[in-house]
Amino acid sequence: MLELGGSLAVMILNLIHRSLRQHALSTLVTAGGIALAAGLLLTVWVVKTQAQAVFASTNSGFDAVLGARGSKLQLVLNSIFHLESSPGNIKAEDLEMLRRNPMLGGAIKAAIPIAVGDSYRGWRIVGTTEQLFGEIEYAPGKKYAFKGKGRNFKIGEDEAVAGSYAAQKLGWRVGSKFHPEHGVSGGQHDHDEEFTVVGILEPTNTPVDRVIWIPLEGLQTMSGHNPMAATEISAVLIQLKAPTAGLMMSNMLNASGGKLTFAYPIGSIVAELFNKISWVDKVLALVAWLVALVAAGSVLVGIYNSMSARARDIAILRALGAHRRTVFGAVVGEAAAIGLLGAAAGLAVFAVLAGIVAGIVRAQTGVALDPWQWNPVFAWAPALLVGLAVLGGFAPAVKAYRVPVAETIAPLS
Amino acid sequence: MPLLEIKNLAKGYPAPGAEGGLHKVVDIGEFALAAGEQVALRGESGSGKTTFLNLVAGILAPDAGEITLNGVNIAARGEAARDRVRAETVGYIFQTFNLLQGHTALENVELGMAFGRGVDRARAESLLRRVGLGEKLEHFPRQLSTGQQQRVAVARALANRPKLVLADEPTGNLDARNAKEALALIREVCREEGAALLLVSHDEGVLSQFESVKDFAELNRAVTSAPLKLQAPTSKLQ
Repeated sequence: MLELGGSLAVMILNLIHRSLRQHALSTLVTAGGIALAAGLLLTVWVVKTQAQAVFASTNSGFDAVLGARGSKLQLVLNSIFHLESSPGNIKAEDLEMLRRNPMLGGAIKAAIPIAVGDSYRGWRIVGTTEQLFGEIEYAPGKKYAFKGKGRNFKIGEDEAVAGSYAAQKLGWRVGSKFHPEHGVSGGQHDHDEEFTVVGILEPTNTPVDRVIWIPLEGLQTMSGHNPMAATEISAVLIQLKAPTAGLMMSNMLNASGGKLTFAYPIGSIVAELFNKISWVDKVLALVAWLVALVAAGSVLVGIYNSMSARARDIAILRALGAHRRTVFGAVVGEAAAIGLLGAAAGLAVFAVLAGIVAGIVRAQTGVALDPWQWNPVFAWAPALLVGLAVLGGFAPAVKAYRVPVAETIAPLS
Repeated sequence: MPLLEIKNLAKGYPAPGAEGGLHKVVDIGEFALAAGEQVALRGESGSGKTTFLNLVAGILAPDAGEITLNGVNIAARGEAARDRVRAETVGYIFQTFNLLQGHTALENVELGMAFGRGVDRARAESLLRRVGLGEKLEHFPRQLSTGQQQRVAVARALANRPKLVLADEPTGNLDARNAKEALALIREVCREEGAALLLVSHDEGVLSQFESVKDFAELNRAVTSAPLKLQAPTSKLQ
């Protein structure tokens, strides 16, 4: 039976397939370049957009942070992301003042004090109240939960709750014991107190997962700490009853001459960080585009250089009745196929690169990125790279289009 | 009405010093070929035979004249239309076979169909069996002998049920025994398929096999005694 409909298309696909196989090394090198470009581009783009979105929305359930006078970004990074050093301490009375203020106190739904300064094997220890794990939702509708038979620590006891990632890396189980080390990066000296892990949190994919939590007083009164600072706290994590109260509090507490910093809203402050480092992803994206251009150039050179050797085949096809536009299309199709191969392999490169980056981000911040979450770049970047490859195929396609059939195909007689 | 009818056909190439800057290669007043007819043209190398066949196949466009093939004056048609006529009406057997080296025998024959009526694998297999290559369908040209490669070329030329088969020194690359067999096969298969055959050769051994032999030098009024050094083709597209 005649296969009239798609037989020409199938035959051209077959021609492309054979040509790719015949020039396997050049195909692999060129597709590899495109894969590298696609992988880099996807990774830069996905990590950039997702990190920005995830970090800006990571607030562990709080609207604002109150801390010592200083940088809002430093305060947020220290108290929400458990990075950076603390900008300083505030007194417990400051929190009480806030609660008692008739204008401000009524706007506060929850205020959780935290104290930092100790660690264990590089994992930060943060003192807080048991209210954090009992009442606070770290994300809408999500409260902290303990693995297995774990439970919250008790105030006044040398007990600890470990974030899931820290516990996993330390190999802790309920009942594990440890001596906190002085300093957020440890290594100075061990405190005398021995704490017992009574609970390990279920993963939250927030910075909380990287922290060892102990009762606030336990950290404040740890042996070796300055007794004068026993009533000081590093920051207060605040949930507001209504977002509008945040602006009012911000205006009042951040007024000049004050001794406090009110970091609100957290998302906007984190976004500042990304603005500051936006040049990094611009440089990376530029590198990815340059790689893409070089790859497109290698498509051009690779196919173009093989055109002289292929002129005879093209002339034969033309003698068999192939139109000029058919051989033109076959060469462009071959370039597109190389582009498609590269783009497909680029997804594998992306999987590896993004996996590594997501692992580093998780280890450093506790924030979990999901590189495979849909992002429009998954559609436009491969399409653009295939387009570049097709552009690279145009010059050799024109050469194929112009192959002189009679002179190429047969000696004169 | 003949299958192929040629009137006042002319074709030249630019050549320094030639009259009007054009070296005329083909200048044929009249020529006709009936459907199913088999004609051999005798001509020396450089006499313009290949150019003539390329004009009939529509690969080249003439400078003047008419080439009416199967009722269509392809000389008046554009290149794409000539390509279509060639794909659907003409089979071409070359001296150097011109098989695609990266494709099997079967695929080479299928290529002969792809640009015309469409691929018909059963027919391609049947043709290869007919030329004695039933066991070599998946062989690549490099795995076939010279004679076998020419048989693939014959099968490919017939693949698209052409009304006219053009053969340009089809046995020029074969030894005497293979040449005789190949020629007999070409003539036989053309007869079976109802295709006319127009063959050009300078080999008297080949020409002696034909009942109808015409002298190309008598047919072609152009002076083409010396081998031609080609420059770029004239303004018309090939």
